[in-house]
Amino acid sequence: MTRAGKNSRGVVERSLASFVDALEHAFYAEELAKKNGLLQKLDPRVKIVAILPLIVIAALARRLWVIAVLFALAVAIALLSSVPLGTLARRVWLGVLTFTGFISFPALFLTPGPAISSLPLLGWTVTAQGLRAAIYLIMRAETAATFSVLLVLCTPWSNVLKALRVLRLPVVLVVVLGMTYRYIFLLLRNAHDMFTSRKSRIVGRLDGPEQRRAATASVGVLMSKTIQLSGDVYLAMRSRGFQGEVYVLDEFRTNWFDWAMLALFITVAFLAFWFGR
Amino acid sequence: MTVPIFEARDVTYSYREVTALDGLNLTIMPGQRIVLLGANGSGKSTLLSMLDGLCFPEKGSVAFQGEPLAEDRLIGEVEFAFRRRVALVFQNPDVQLFNPTVFDEVAFGPLQLHWPKEQVRLRVTEILEQMEIGHLKDRSPHHLSTGEKKRVALASVLILDPEVLLLDEPTAALDPKSESQMIDFLVSCSGGRKTVVTATHDLDLVEDIADYCHIFRRGRIVAAGTPTEILNDHALLLNTNLVHAHRHAHAPGELHSHPHRHGHRH
Repeated sequence: MTRAGKNSRGVVERSLASFVDALEHAFYAEELAKKNGLLQKLDPRVKIVAILPLIVIAALARRLWVIAVLFALAVAIALLSSVPLGTLARRVWLGVLTFTGFISFPALFLTPGPAISSLPLLGWTVTAQGLRAAIYLIMRAETAATFSVLLVLCTPWSNVLKALRVLRLPVVLVVVLGMTYRYIFLLLRNAHDMFTSRKSRIVGRLDGPEQRRAATASVGVLMSKTIQLSGDVYLAMRSRGFQGEVYVLDEFRTNWFDWAMLALFITVAFLAFWFGR
Repeated sequence: MTVPIFEARDVTYSYREVTALDGLNLTIMPGQRIVLLGANGSGKSTLLSMLDGLCFPEKGSVAFQGEPLAEDRLIGEVEFAFRRRVALVFQNPDVQLFNPTVFDEVAFGPLQLHWPKEQVRLRVTEILEQMEIGHLKDRSPHHLSTGEKKRVALASVLILDPEVLLLDEPTAALDPKSESQMIDFLVSCSGGRKTVVTATHDLDLVEDIADYCHIFRRGRIVAAGTPTEILNDHALLLNTNLVHAHRHAHAPGELHSHPHRHGHRH
């Protein structure tokens, strides 16, 4: 598949570019999950049990230095797991900073407390407590999001779902989410092919209403194909014995390294909880 | 007296206003290798779905080993027993490969039929090695080529060692090497070990994989016979859109067209 040209505009070209981006992201994540790094070597269940408490503690800790230490730990784990920091910056840090920064922006001025600065032109006063609240929110979000993304990037998605069974996630949810992941790629490819064929038959640019009609028609066709596919998949499942209950099999095996790392993570989580309370 | 494995009597089935099967009659004996020949839309896939108990006739009846194959009977343990014995490989492998990895896909059938987990693990590993797709164990279906998908789809049903195999266009969209591997497998099913019913419009397969052929046209069987009888009846093949006339050259500069089929040399 090819990416649309740099200067291309219009719903068709933008859609094609976004389909290719989505597939590239997914393939890149799958390649990272195959590397021989620290997290990749761990049993998926151990990863879930080890990382989830760190996410919760990062979100609840009351001391900034504890959150900073957890963030540094996340960065260290990323480096040991062969996850480039540039990937984390693009996929996590910039997005979280933008989003939480936007949410916490009003708190800078509205939180009561002594003024430490003011915005030029507008003259809005930034308070110490407001700045502290914003920093806490951003640090908690960045740290929790970094741990979450590391868990997903370093584990094949199907294994993440199966490992969540250790938290008593219902089997049917594991299967439904697994099938969703499996068929997203097929539908993305279908959508890409549809838009490519449309683009090959367009001369010049479509105006706004025509672009919206094209997008709406494409959504309708994809919906129709998806409904047909879902019916066929159900028949394929029935053909192999599905009667409403699903059963999964996992190939997970723990070893001494998994238990040692789990003990280490639990210890770090306890210390973070103790010093961050 | 041997009971037919399948018997269809006056079967009619429609998709809304489109008649897919129109008063069809068919008998398949155990151990036979049957090919259902017909152009696109002639009713072959619908019949295979019906033989697999996935859809049921509006009129007429289908029986499996003398027992009616009806919606109200194919439930619970009866359905389990049927699914262990009859397997369908769909034309579109993306429909059949709905699990996140190849390993999960091949394990799906035995798990649904309540095999012990350890037995499932061992048997999945064995079948993946037999089909020479062990290296694809942890791959996701969207990373597989069409040939690999078809082999995984076949492995996912062969793991159950069914008595009856229903195959819908098994060589469609395959490259020559994958096609030859599939044909090798179908040839290996000879000797009466399994009943194999293959739907195809590819006449080049017929002599290798069939003991008997049924020709479909507009939802009916219009002819039946051995591969030799069918392939020598050019009028029948032309009439049922199984051969075509197109321009081709027998020698440089000599272009003409006549109905023919592409075969192979020994």
